[in-house]
Amino acid sequence: MNTPAWFAAARSRLLLLAIVLLANVLVAPGFLEVRLVDGRLFGGIIDILNRGAPVMLLAVGMAPVIATRGIDLSVGAVMAIAGAVAAATVNAGHAWPVAILAALGTGLACGLWNGVLVTIFRMQPIVATLILMVAGRGIAQMITQGRVLTFTDAGLAGVSSASLLGLPLPVLLALAAAIGTGLLVRGTALGLFIESVGTSPRAARLAGVPAPALLIGVYVWSGLMAALAGLIATADIRGADANNAGLWLELDAILAVVIGGTSLYGGRFSIGLSVLGALILQGMRTCILRSGLPPELNLLLMAVVVALVLVVQSPACGPVLARMTARLTRRGTA
Amino acid sequence: MGDTASMVLAVRGLTRTFPGVRALDGVDLTLRAGEIHALLGENGAGKSTLINLLTGAQPIDDGTIHLDGRAIRPKNPADAAANGIVAVYQEITLLPNLSVAENIYLGREPTRFGLVDRARMRREGSALLARFGLSIDPALPLSAFSTAVQQLIAIARAVDMSARVLILDEPTASLDSAEVAVLFRLMRELAASGLAILFVTHFLDQVYTVTDRITVLRGGKLVGERLTADLARLDLVAMMLGSLPATESHLQRRTAVAPGDIVVQVTGLGRRNLVSPFTAEIRQAEVLGVAGLLGSGRTETALLLFGAVRADTGGVLVDGKPVTLKGPRDAIRLGFGFCPEDRKLDGIVADLSVRENIVLALQARQGWWKRVPPARQRALADDYIRLLNIRTPDAEKPIQLLSGGNQQKALLARWLATRPRLLILDEPTRGIDVGAHAEIILLLEELRNDGMALYVISSEIEEVAAYADRVLVMRERRQAGMLTGAEVTPAAIIDAIVRPVDGEPSGRAA
Repeated sequence: MNTPAWFAAARSRLLLLAIVLLANVLVAPGFLEVRLVDGRLFGGIIDILNRGAPVMLLAVGMAPVIATRGIDLSVGAVMAIAGAVAAATVNAGHAWPVAILAALGTGLACGLWNGVLVTIFRMQPIVATLILMVAGRGIAQMITQGRVLTFTDAGLAGVSSASLLGLPLPVLLALAAAIGTGLLVRGTALGLFIESVGTSPRAARLAGVPAPALLIGVYVWSGLMAALAGLIATADIRGADANNAGLWLELDAILAVVIGGTSLYGGRFSIGLSVLGALILQGMRTCILRSGLPPELNLLLMAVVVALVLVVQSPACGPVLARMTARLTRRGTA
Repeated sequence: MGDTASMVLAVRGLTRTFPGVRALDGVDLTLRAGEIHALLGENGAGKSTLINLLTGAQPIDDGTIHLDGRAIRPKNPADAAANGIVAVYQEITLLPNLSVAENIYLGREPTRFGLVDRARMRREGSALLARFGLSIDPALPLSAFSTAVQQLIAIARAVDMSARVLILDEPTASLDSAEVAVLFRLMRELAASGLAILFVTHFLDQVYTVTDRITVLRGGKLVGERLTADLARLDLVAMMLGSLPATESHLQRRTAVAPGDIVVQVTGLGRRNLVSPFTAEIRQAEVLGVAGLLGSGRTETALLLFGAVRADTGGVLVDGKPVTLKGPRDAIRLGFGFCPEDRKLDGIVADLSVRENIVLALQARQGWWKRVPPARQRALADDYIRLLNIRTPDAEKPIQLLSGGNQQKALLARWLATRPRLLILDEPTRGIDVGAHAEIILLLEELRNDGMALYVISSEIEEVAAYADRVLVMRERRQAGMLTGAEVTPAAIIDAIVRPVDGEPSGRAA
């Protein structure tokens, strides 16, 4: 992976993140300060990492799915279901580890459902996962019986509020998931298989790549990541809100992966760049919130930035940019 | 070619080049009014490219097109249609959810006060279809009709756009024999009304039934133009496959090793509606050639043997033991490898590097958990790039940037890395430049001499005759013969391809 192309891709995303952070500094001069209070770090950067954790997790699950030429629209709804299951489990008197396992198991089951629809029944991924996106909120509402299901269990709430080595647990979970998934796909042949199935399904099959198992696997993994994100969201408000937990976050996750350079036509993907994409999105959101601009502007500005990123990445733009860069460099050296 | 008076279309020296391949190389074509003209050739002969240039779907690199004595250079299909050249394809390019009338007048609807005049469209559509022997309601959606009727509607639309030249590209592929007869009657009527018809097909019987003249292409070049009545079927096949029955092969047989034990025994392997059961054995250090025309079932035998399509009859023995072939993974586990015919779609993984393409099959056999270590991947890739002379700046280059011949060599490397016992190759030398072509033939002979069993499908008859120890001949999706030893000559292969299966008359069939 240490190819120059990968390096260039990482550099441009880091540059974008730096610009977003700079904007944050301009809006709130104390943004870069980090303070240690009661053994936990506080500050603007930590805030972005902490608030961005759910979308980072979703992006980690979404990137392999998109690389296989698929998409998972259900992750927001799976977050709501997993949160509802966790809250209902502790409220039924079970210990918090049981609740967490139940929520993660639910995520796996949701992913398996998506994977089976896509792989065995050959549904188009966008339709197959749309089913759970729509039905999932209903399922979550049935579990919470239409209310915000609050809980007092400190263990479950700790998924969001606990900290380790000064870092909030959600940040650690997201980073661990990203590093773990990255090692899993690049340390084994999974990455190669996913990219070959996404680029050319027929060639991959004839070369002996076990495409069906692989496809089910990526949806199961996406479901698991969504459940983890759902636990964080639920622990955050100490309650399961079937209507609002993870609402529209599937779109953020897809954007993060796309900003990370993965094409919706499948093929090459990078977990690290997708996580960077999630952080860029969260950085922009934080910046607008802190600037005191009306929050409606948030969506508009995000759309503009995303459109810009995609235009810059588009094949039509490549030669133009190359010429401009060449001209700038010439002027710089002259 | 004399009478210029009736000459409608005169194509001279038409050329189209793609990176690394000359898809069409100085081809001439003459169509006369009232004539049905067959355009024949194997895959990659240049038929599609010629049609694409005539209809403006691709730009012309060199050469001229004269229509009724006037030089034209179609910019796009609409421009070609305005000039009078229209093509109807095997896959119907109409819109199934629109009505028949809307389809006929799509893009040129009759208007009244600036609005589409639906009543007139239906009336005129109905009259037009009646001329084509179709009494159907033009207000019904296109999807309500059979493929055959849709095909006729497409032709009606094409002819109504004041066509001078009608190109029919494999129009009979999805029609039954009664529907074909209707289509042929229509073609004769249209020709009689002064249209020139270019008919592309791979059914030779149909060529002899309906056409007046034949133009044959091979490898992007014109082989020749003949009157259908004067061209024996045997000579036609020889023109298409590149060998004259009487001439001696210029390639020398280089058999150095005697074939060994039977590696794979195929007994009655077949699948309904795909290929009738065929039987063959493939020995160690032996090339089993597979010959046949396009659509003869030659590729399908490979798909069954590799498990890419599941057989419903017969079986395969490896080393004398029956094996199950439920998918390519089973075949790979048994030590089979398969380089498919469509390199771009079924072979290469375009975005991935040469290295990744080379290790893919080996890695797939080892499973996802046991990754081939990066150093070993690089060593494998570098070794094969050197051994097979794959021309690429380095192993990390995306494979899609390589020429066809070098892509083919990388695919061979993909299978060689798995050390296969049986290598199945479908048209290994198609569409690649001359240098790589010779290198691949040499490589096949080396592999054979090293003891590998090879199953090579090829439409290059002279080549097959030169390197194959035995030749399985396919015809009309059936095994038509097995040639051995001294029987393996270009003339014998062509004879077996053309020879009727059940005593039906060869030559001009009515």
